[in-house]
Order: sequence, then C-alpha cells, then structure tokens
Amino acid sequence: MDLFEYQGKEFFADYGMPVSPGKLALTTEEAVTAAENLGYPVMVKAQVHTGGRGKAGGVKFASNIDEVSEHAENILGLDINGHVVERLWIEKASDIADEYYASFTLDRSAKKHLGMLSAEGGVEIETVAEENPEAIARIWVDPVEGLSEGNCRNWVKEAALPEEAIEGAVEILLNLYRAYVEGDADLVEINPLILTEDGRVHVLDAKVTLDSNSVFRHENYEDFDKTQTRDERETAAHSKGLQYVGLEGEVGVIANGAGLAMSTVDVVNQVGGRPANFLDIGGGANADVMTAALEVINNDPDVRSIFINIFGGITRGEEIANGIIDALDRVKMSSPIVIRLDGTNADEGRAILEPHLSQTLQVAPTMLDGAERAVALAKGINN
Amino acid sequence: MSIFVNSETKVIYQGLTGSQGRYYGLLNRDYGTKVVAGTNPKKAGTDVEGIPIFASVAEAVEETGAKASCIFIPAPGVRSAVLEAAQGGVDFIVAITEGVPAHDEALFYNQLRKDFPNVQLLGPNCPGIISPGECNIGITAGHIALPGGPVGIVSRSGTLTYQALHELKEKGIGCTTCVGIGGDPVPGTSFIDCLAAFEADPETKAVMMIGEIGGSAEEEAAEFISNNMTKPISAYIAGVTAPPGKKMGHAGAIVSGGKGTAKAKMEALEEAGVKVGNNPTEAGDLMAEIVSQL
Repeated sequence: MDLFEYQGKEFFADYGMPVSPGKLALTTEEAVTAAENLGYPVMVKAQVHTGGRGKAGGVKFASNIDEVSEHAENILGLDINGHVVERLWIEKASDIADEYYASFTLDRSAKKHLGMLSAEGGVEIETVAEENPEAIARIWVDPVEGLSEGNCRNWVKEAALPEEAIEGAVEILLNLYRAYVEGDADLVEINPLILTEDGRVHVLDAKVTLDSNSVFRHENYEDFDKTQTRDERETAAHSKGLQYVGLEGEVGVIANGAGLAMSTVDVVNQVGGRPANFLDIGGGANADVMTAALEVINNDPDVRSIFINIFGGITRGEEIANGIIDALDRVKMSSPIVIRLDGTNADEGRAILEPHLSQTLQVAPTMLDGAERAVALAKGINN
Repeated sequence: MSIFVNSETKVIYQGLTGSQGRYYGLLNRDYGTKVVAGTNPKKAGTDVEGIPIFASVAEAVEETGAKASCIFIPAPGVRSAVLEAAQGGVDFIVAITEGVPAHDEALFYNQLRKDFPNVQLLGPNCPGIISPGECNIGITAGHIALPGGPVGIVSRSGTLTYQALHELKEKGIGCTTCVGIGGDPVPGTSFIDCLAAFEADPETKAVMMIGEIGGSAEEEAAEFISNNMTKPISAYIAGVTAPPGKKMGHAGAIVSGGKGTAKAKMEALEEAGVKVGNNPTEAGDLMAEIVSQL
C-alpha cells in the first residue's frame, strides 16, 4: 500500500519527525486558500504514486498568489508517468543548505532490515548507488535487537554528514526506524532529508509503503487503502477479493493460485498470444468466486477469448466444474472460453462439463493445449 | 527415504480446533501422517475425532513426544505460535497461514536463529511438505504425488507445487519429498536448505525446482548449486513474461540491483548447470530426461 507524500508526512509526524506545515488541495481555489493561510513562499507539489515528479514539472515554487494559482492550474490534471494528478500538497517552502537521503527496507537476502543513508541526497540516488556506491552508508539491523542510538550515530558518521547535522539526523533516523517497525512499513524513504539554513535537520519528502498484511493491527490503514490508484478493472476485482493485474492483451486469464496464474500468463505469451490480465481466484474455485472472476473479465472490452486454468488439489474436479457451470448461468459471456481442468477428480469434472460444451465453451487436455486454443480463438480462428 | 519428515514423524497441530486446522489435520491423518495432538488453551482435555487437545505445545510434546508442529492459526497469532512451538520443544515447524506481516516474519526468523538454532521453520504462507506415502503436513492433496522417488521437489509457489507433482506422476516418476517453501519475504526454509538436504539424502537422485520472479532466492540457490550440488536439477521460473513489477521506491531498486527478473534467474540457474524449462510441462519433460539417464 503506497502512501501519497502528504499521508507519509502525517505518518512520520505521528512518530515525532519534523515535517513542514501544509495542506491538501483538490482544486486551484483550495490551493490558493491554503497558500494564503500558510504564508509565502510555498511549494506546490503533485501527489502521485510515482517518482520523477520534479522532472515532469509536478513540483513548483511559488512566492505569491498569482504563481500559486498558475502552478496549481498547470499541475492539476498533469500526466506523470501515466498517473494523472488529482491532489496537490501546498507546503511552506524551506531554505535548503544541504540535502541527504535516508531509508529503511527489508533486505530479503540478509533477512535483516537495511538502512541506507547518504550525504548525496536529491533526486538521483539510484545513479549514486550505481556510480558511487561508497557514498551510501548501509546498516543492517537485526529485528530482535533493534537500532541502538550508538549504532545509529556511528552510521550517521560513516555517511559523512556534516558535524552540525549529526544530532538532528540521529534523532530523525531513530524515529524513522521506529515508524518503519511499529508502523509495519515495507519501505520508509526520505529524499531529501535536508539541513536548513538555520541549522535544523528536516524531512522534506516522504515515501512510505505499508504492509497490507498488517491492517489487522492498524485500523486507520483502511483509509489509506481507499486512496490507492488502481485502474477500473483492478478496482472492480479488488472489491470482490480477487487478485487481479490488468495487462494489454486479448486473452482473459483465470487460474487458481498466484504461481499457476503467472505461469498461465507465461504460456499464453509463449504460444503467440497476449494475456489481457493476471487473475488469481485462490484455492476454492466455487461458483461465487468464478462468477466474480468472469464478470470482471467480461467487462474488459479488449478480451476476445478466455482461458480458465484450474488445478484441483483439495477442491475436487466436480466442485470446480459445477462452479463454472453455475457461474456461466449467471453471467452472459461475450467471449468464448477454453477450460483446462486437472488434478483431483479431473475426469469427473470434465464429464460434468461435457454436455455444456460448444464452439464457445471448449475443454483442453493440458495447459499448453488450452493456451493454444484460447489464443487461436482470440485471433478469430475457430478450430 | 525423505527429507525433514517421514513415516515416524509425530505432528502437533496448532489450531486443530479451528475450521481449517480441523479440515486439513484430519485429511493429513487419513493420509497416514501421525497427527498426535492439537493445541488450544481453552479446549484442553477435549479431542478432535480422537486426537487429544492440549493447552500448549510444551504439554503436547511432553505427552506425545512429537518433534514437529503445523500451524493453522490466523495471521495475527502466528508470531506467538511459532515461538511457542520452538519453546515447546519441537524442531520442525510448518506455518501454513498466509497474510503474516513481514515484520513479524523477520522478527521470528531471527529469534529462532538466535535462541533455537536447531529448529527448522517452513513457511509461513506455504502449502507444507509431503514425503509421499509416508507423511503429509499441510494442504497438498496427497494423492497427486507418486511415492518412491527418485526426485525431490522444492517450490516457492503453491499451485505450481501441485502442478510439478502432477507432471511427474503423469510420467510415472515418484517423489521422495516435496517441500513448498512459500513466497513470502522471509521464508523460514530456503531453496538452499532444501537443496542441501536433498544432496545429503541417498534416495533422492535428482531435484526439481520451481521459482518465481522477485527477490534473489533463485540466484542464491544457483550459486549454491554450482558450489555444492552433484545431483542433476531441472527448474522452472514463473513470471517469464510478467510486466516489470511496481518497484518499491529507490530503496527497492537499489537492493535488488539487476536481480529479480525471471530472465536473470533462469540465466543464473543455467550457468549453474540446471536444465531450465519455459513452462512447468517443459521442466517436467527435462526431469523425465534426467531420470531416464540415472
């Protein structure tokens, strides 16, 4: 779950980190009101779940009402890497003396938390990582032991932050680690962390990704879920509890289990087709889940054929076949379907499907064969 | 022969009195697994179809001598369930539950390493482990696996684990043990743990490996394979044609470097001498070829 910058800053402020006063604005009028209340100069910042805002013209400095109005007007509706700006964050501008980079994330290889800190902050930290990796000080934190103040101070010194920034940075980084752990974040990132002209260390940007598995102990995270950007198809699938990722092609894919769904997408590609989506219906494959899945795919105007790839484990083939037949009674499909049903009691399941088969509802013996038929149907070849 | 579990393994089910735990616990017992106890502090002294329920893992271990446990506890309780199992005296823990927060996983993984170095955790968010014909712990449908070897299977993906067992059974090839390690950020058991165990197991003659995009577990496995494995391996990596995933800020991109794509994983494995298929069927065919030459 990705947070917008303003949400990330609220999240950081809850853990005692210094962020700039600001206000969310959805219209140019709101932006102007916010700026007038905050006092000039202000920053007008696009709120999108993607990087590269500055380069795209989504972050502007404004020293009076006309400039705020002009920038807000230009930035609202701007397309930044496919994300259309609908929200602005109007923030009191800071005098920047120096810029740093700080983050915590999980190092899956080391199975420890990894903190990264660099005196070379700003937008191009990935370039720094490539060209000058020594400029990033790394610290691996054992989750059982946590981050001690002493270790944190050594880390800050290793990153060669200037003397006057050390104490402020240590305090922020200890709080950042606390926010990362107690807040169940996958990623917390401050880029840039700044030293102001008057010598304060300050959080100027916030990138936060929260672990959606932790919602049970953070009730307020459901509010963040509502502001996630998903395309229409994804929103519809998400509301029905399906794992769905929209793709560009014409063959709708339904499978049970993430691995099998991913593999089905692979195979459709390998036989020359283009999958319209990734859709994992989970283990059960009952009529309700199948109905929801078929509805989502049916609403995709690009879909020309559908490949249902189900491997029955504990769920028996008869149950799966009955689920599909029930679902097809409920949804009027606009594309032909190919079903591959394997695993437990697959023969019994296929026998249930048999009387319903037609040119538009076919059964394939294997995954590869099913993909080939679905791709042929998508191309208008009826074999 | 098999790895980690066999016909002698006695298993405690944490959460046996819940609907999932009961369903799979009884299925596992029907398969032949020695399901000797369940735990639930509120239902101690009762039983589930003849399986006694104890208040804690420690009591269940003392009464039954079990050395393994299987966790069917809802996600919020998994952290304490894993630690209870380790403290209770079992040395193999299978956590089936999905949806466990990554911070919990990182915490109990490191806690086990520190305080219980001899305890092997499998999962969370995994289908479990089956040594066909001997012991089935978890949610795999036992009859899709053919007993007897010579192939060991290790997989990061649930349904693809079944697909792999199915591909081999269709060809009449048996399996010594099939381990589903799960795809969560901090899996208790890694590819390498399983590869090392299969290398040491005299009955396992070859290994089939199913990976997925993301992380660097397959690349690490490839390095281990070139240095330590003498047995032949076939593999499949799911997500060959997946569009580049959403990257997690700059930090994620820096950590993963060039790793994580299916292509990078396949190349790393091929360089280590692994036969890599483009789909599960191809990986199965490659394994059939390997087995015919043993």
